[in-house]
Amino acid sequence: METRSIMIVGVGGQGSLLASRLLGNVLLAQGYDVKVSEVHGMSQRGGSVVTYVKYGDKVYSPVVNKGEADAIISFELLEAARCLPYLKKGGKLITSTQQIDPMPVITGAAEYPEDLVSKLKAAGAELVAVDALSLAEEAGTSKASNVVLMGVLSSLMDYPEELWQNALEQCVPAKFLELNKKAFELGKNAKTL
Amino acid sequence: MKKLMLGNEAFARGLYEAGCKVVSSYPGTPSTEITEEVAKYDEVYAEWAPNEKVAMETALGASIAGARSFCGMKHVGLNVAADPLYTASYTGVNAGMVIAVADDQGMHSSQNEQDSRHHAIASKTPMLEPSDSGECKEFVKLAFELSEQFDAPFIVRMSTRVAHSQSSVEMEDRKELDLKPYVKNPQKFVMVPAFAKQRHVFVEERTKKLIEYAETSPLNRVEISDSAEFGVITNGAAYQYVKEALGDKASVLKLGMVNPLPVKLIQDFAKKYDRIIVIEELDGIIEEHCRNIGVNNVEGKSIFGCIGEIDQSIIAEKLLGEKKEFTSLYVNIPIRPPVMCAGCPHRGLFYCLKKLGVTVSGDIGCYTLGSAAPLFAIDTTICMGASISGLHGFNKARGTESEHKTVAVIGDSTFMHSGMTGLVNIAYNNSNSTVIILDNSITGMTGHQQNPTTGKNLKGDPAAAVNLEELCKAIGIKRVRVTDPYDLAQTEAAIKEELAADEASVIISRRPCALLKYVKHNAPLAVDTDVCVGCGACMELGCPAISMKDGQAVIDHTQCVGCGICKEQCPMGAIN
Repeated sequence: METRSIMIVGVGGQGSLLASRLLGNVLLAQGYDVKVSEVHGMSQRGGSVVTYVKYGDKVYSPVVNKGEADAIISFELLEAARCLPYLKKGGKLITSTQQIDPMPVITGAAEYPEDLVSKLKAAGAELVAVDALSLAEEAGTSKASNVVLMGVLSSLMDYPEELWQNALEQCVPAKFLELNKKAFELGKNAKTL
Repeated sequence: MKKLMLGNEAFARGLYEAGCKVVSSYPGTPSTEITEEVAKYDEVYAEWAPNEKVAMETALGASIAGARSFCGMKHVGLNVAADPLYTASYTGVNAGMVIAVADDQGMHSSQNEQDSRHHAIASKTPMLEPSDSGECKEFVKLAFELSEQFDAPFIVRMSTRVAHSQSSVEMEDRKELDLKPYVKNPQKFVMVPAFAKQRHVFVEERTKKLIEYAETSPLNRVEISDSAEFGVITNGAAYQYVKEALGDKASVLKLGMVNPLPVKLIQDFAKKYDRIIVIEELDGIIEEHCRNIGVNNVEGKSIFGCIGEIDQSIIAEKLLGEKKEFTSLYVNIPIRPPVMCAGCPHRGLFYCLKKLGVTVSGDIGCYTLGSAAPLFAIDTTICMGASISGLHGFNKARGTESEHKTVAVIGDSTFMHSGMTGLVNIAYNNSNSTVIILDNSITGMTGHQQNPTTGKNLKGDPAAAVNLEELCKAIGIKRVRVTDPYDLAQTEAAIKEELAADEASVIISRRPCALLKYVKHNAPLAVDTDVCVGCGACMELGCPAISMKDGQAVIDHTQCVGCGICKEQCPMGAIN
């Protein structure tokens, strides 16, 4: 199989590392060659965070360039808009509708663009928008948005449920496992906008 | 068993499997996880040293004593450790010694973009460079064997993309090794001129042997494609981009040993094609080597430049003229720069410095973010420790005019790394300088590593803790005081008083990092909408949890940790 590329984007602290590791483990268990690229250090402090997951028969480059992503999963709406150029023609954009103001918006130097969901649709993106924050809070913590979105992704990919459950058990600490399984389930059955 | 591993985790696995016994490192992105991961193996002694020079000397000492040893650092850390490196190259080893240096192409988390291969060349130390996690593990194991075979410390060069990408790795068992005998050998280990002169001769001979090895080593391999129109010579992460972008359109010479470089292998490869393109990130070291050995049909830096990362799209565009299509959203998308976290103890201190209009000599750590909007509270950031020594120089140049309105800020870990010696200089040379140590009880930016002030070691066990107050006094600073950066009034008063004093002083601004698990948070604060007049005083703090909506301040309850500095700041008493 030709290499496929998925980007996971969000704001530092939203848990994109866990999401990318979860997905990476599912794909490895499915028998693919897998590469997952993370960013650590300074950009984790509330900045834009981007991770890449690539899989296929043989994966070389760990990074995804503009026009290459088969799917983008975004934990925040502005980050979804920022990453649109990375989406391949016909690729899927799965985003949480959560909005987090970046510092230039907080200081009044810039404005958070309005109505991004419609604008992204108008730009031709195949959009799946989910209120992941509410579902995460329903599962028990606002921090589980990442796993809610992995649940949404699982409903769009054709892999056995068991692989996702195993990956959750591998990647999530035992004391948060039940909560995250619930978040995953809520994401899998989520209403999309 | 196959497992997805970060390059750094695979590196640590390689250390474990190779029977490495002693590890000493200083954290630095993107190298940190090597040492964090290897510390999880009980068979390996692993520690954080106060800086990279100490770490490398520790590793060399262990190697001389007969144990396979390792030290890890980021590219700028190797500058700190350059002194032992250049002479360790002369002494060579007893048991194998491996050094990791992680370059940060693209400066994801660094203050410069230096190419560490220059250090390998200048110190005449052999250097390997893996391209994925599997190679990280294999190269480390081989590096130990070669280190003992050639009597040289071996550097393994990492890069952000190799260090922080996961790919599958085959796990093997550890090879437990006995200590090698220690035999006193001054001719080899006492580098006085008479002995060092002999060792330099040895080093030059060794390099010749290493070049011979490089000609046929499995580390360097040729991948011929029958449909190739040109040849590519590449290394490290760039190899992956080359394979993805060019596939079978090019034959590839992949160099896993980047110092010293082979001669005949390159000459023979270059003869096969009219056009040879060297694709290497940062400086044109392989390209220059090609020209030096008479291979003149090379191009490289004239196409790709020496700034930042290369990727598959850049290669496809420059060499094949292919461009990917993509869509953009034609709206203004505000940037999202990294910020100090909600509840960060540094915020209160920087707010006071900004309010007082103080010139600030900065340093390396989370607090470097104090330079960003809306605080804009830092004037200089150069390297670890430069805040204190730079302040001293600044004050010696401008005298009284600056002494009363200029400070240095430095974190606890950075102070232990290389700030202390600057403070000694201030005391010794009678400098009227004010130094602020931002003691958040952890090494923050690299992801919470212990350091000599925290009372815990790398493995999390109790350890001796440096008492910063007593240390500063022992150095010769008479005015040493502690403030709480959550208390804005107290902090502002302390800065004013110490700047006004006619002698050197140290303020320890003490409050643990808000992200530490043991730190108990207060309930999130909220804005009383009946009282808030929207004056924006709270916005001046640059807290990511506070924003303005419809002319009033709003606090995001998912981010707020109740630190209370906005409450102190609000003139209306609207925050509770």
